Amino acid sequence: MIWNEAKECMSRDEIHNLQSKRLVKTVERVYHNVEFYRKKMQAIGIEPGDIRDADDVRKLPFTTKNDLRDTYPFGMFAVPQSQIVRIHASSGTTGKATVVGYTRRDIDIWAECVARAFAQAGLNRDDIIQVAYGYGLFTGGLGAHYGAENLGATVVPMSTGNTKKLTTMMKDFGVTAIACTPSYLLHIAEVLEADKALDQIKLKAAICGAEPWTEQMRKQIEEKLHINAFDIYGLSEVMGPGVACDCIYHKGLHVYEDHFLPEIINPDTLEPMSEGETGELVFTTLTKEGLPLLRYRTRDLTSITYGKCECGRTLARMSRFKGRSDDMLIIRGVNVFPSQVEAALLEMGETSPHYIMIVDRVNNLDTLEIQVEVDEKFFSDKISELENLTKRIAHVIQQAIGLSVKVKLVEPKSIERSMGKAVRVIDKRKLV
Amino acid sequence: MFVNQLSVFIENREGRLDQVLEILKENNINIISLSLADSSDYGLLRMIVSDPDEGKLALRSKGFSAMLTPVLAVKLSHKVGQLQILLSEICKAGINIEYMYALATGGDDASIVIKTADLEKAAEILGKTGVELIGSADL
Repeated sequence: MIWNEAKECMSRDEIHNLQSKRLVKTVERVYHNVEFYRKKMQAIGIEPGDIRDADDVRKLPFTTKNDLRDTYPFGMFAVPQSQIVRIHASSGTTGKATVVGYTRRDIDIWAECVARAFAQAGLNRDDIIQVAYGYGLFTGGLGAHYGAENLGATVVPMSTGNTKKLTTMMKDFGVTAIACTPSYLLHIAEVLEADKALDQIKLKAAICGAEPWTEQMRKQIEEKLHINAFDIYGLSEVMGPGVACDCIYHKGLHVYEDHFLPEIINPDTLEPMSEGETGELVFTTLTKEGLPLLRYRTRDLTSITYGKCECGRTLARMSRFKGRSDDMLIIRGVNVFPSQVEAALLEMGETSPHYIMIVDRVNNLDTLEIQVEVDEKFFSDKISELENLTKRIAHVIQQAIGLSVKVKLVEPKSIERSMGKAVRVIDKRKLV
Repeated sequence: MFVNQLSVFIENREGRLDQVLEILKENNINIISLSLADSSDYGLLRMIVSDPDEGKLALRSKGFSAMLTPVLAVKLSHKVGQLQILLSEICKAGINIEYMYALATGGDDASIVIKTADLEKAAEILGKTGVELIGSADL
């Protein structure tokens, strides 16, 4: 089913005209309301009047995650705080979180986009949807929740953490769809399998996102649970989940282009790339009021095509993600930068800055081990003190990145020193 | 009055202990006694050696985390209940024993290494009980 046919099936010309109109307004708004953008545009000699068409987006300055950090917390908001009805936050590259704000209309549009994604997955008001993303500052839980409510479905706000309760309710309520990370869904499938309960559930669809996954993993989920699994994409800076989602034909994720203008650029030269070429995904928001962003660099690598989909939608389609142009990791759906771990370790003052993060996937759940070198400064002849140190490091890192970690003390100089950029991460998950 | 113990951090990896021993051998350092404490990820090798300062330097120069800790070395006669008598005195004084292990000194008597929270006080108490404390020179 198509939730908003008028917007999802426009001709390319109509899309272009609508985007042009909305871009002009967005640029006027940020120029007058956001000092950061006014200065940036003045610095390159651009005025709102220079932007007349969606293609003029290329004249505009880029925005990065660091810009949001530099203007922390509310410096990039384009409306007075009294009009902001909600705040979300995601990991920043160092200690400070990336903070995003929404007006009431932003929340409504978000719920509209997520409802489109759920409808794309074949869901409607008759469905019972378990939302098993984390609720809170993370956009996953509340984003999916409002979208599912907007759809008119019955929402079960599970959040994460209690798989046993989740599977029990899935059986007892006759849950028909679930929204969660793909790795968590595989874990749920294994729990159901172990309980011999796979034939007692009525699940028919899953809307998964917040972390990269492969086509093989999607098929594995579908076969194990006898459902259709869909890939939803989003990022808190741009909105949250629901910026794009794939349909039953699984030929790319439809970008809700009436609200978000996508571009693909070469991450090194920053030049635009042609249709179908892989590069860095960049978004300009077209309707956002609280935190409108011009050419936000997502760091996600993908490609875009503009042909009409078999499902009837005319929206641009992004291919499956091919990686990132920075060192961000997504572990159990949480964005983690190695720099956060480093900052936390250095702040402790007790450990050497030599560490390595080992990410793995055990029973479909991501694990993070951090190896830290034991140097002279904090070495002790007592096991209890070394164990306390391990616990303190684990606590500090957990506070910094919001994930539980296993800390392993290793001998000095045992972590390989590299001549160039230090290797801080070993990702054994073999994704993409 | 105290003996310097040499402690080394060793990862639970094949060949690491061997390498520590190799380094000590190369530097002509004799191991008089040792104790190996282990956790799941790493081990802690505590040793009484012929030249602890030299041992520490040699190990550090090869990248090991090594340190010296003063401990008590006590001579005990081979009689039933000797250790209990000694420990009960320390216990009565409310001093916590962090770890202990046997010390090989040859001869007829037995010896042990004790690490307590308040080493000075423990030495004083043991002195009063009449036991013989071994100094580095006696090793």
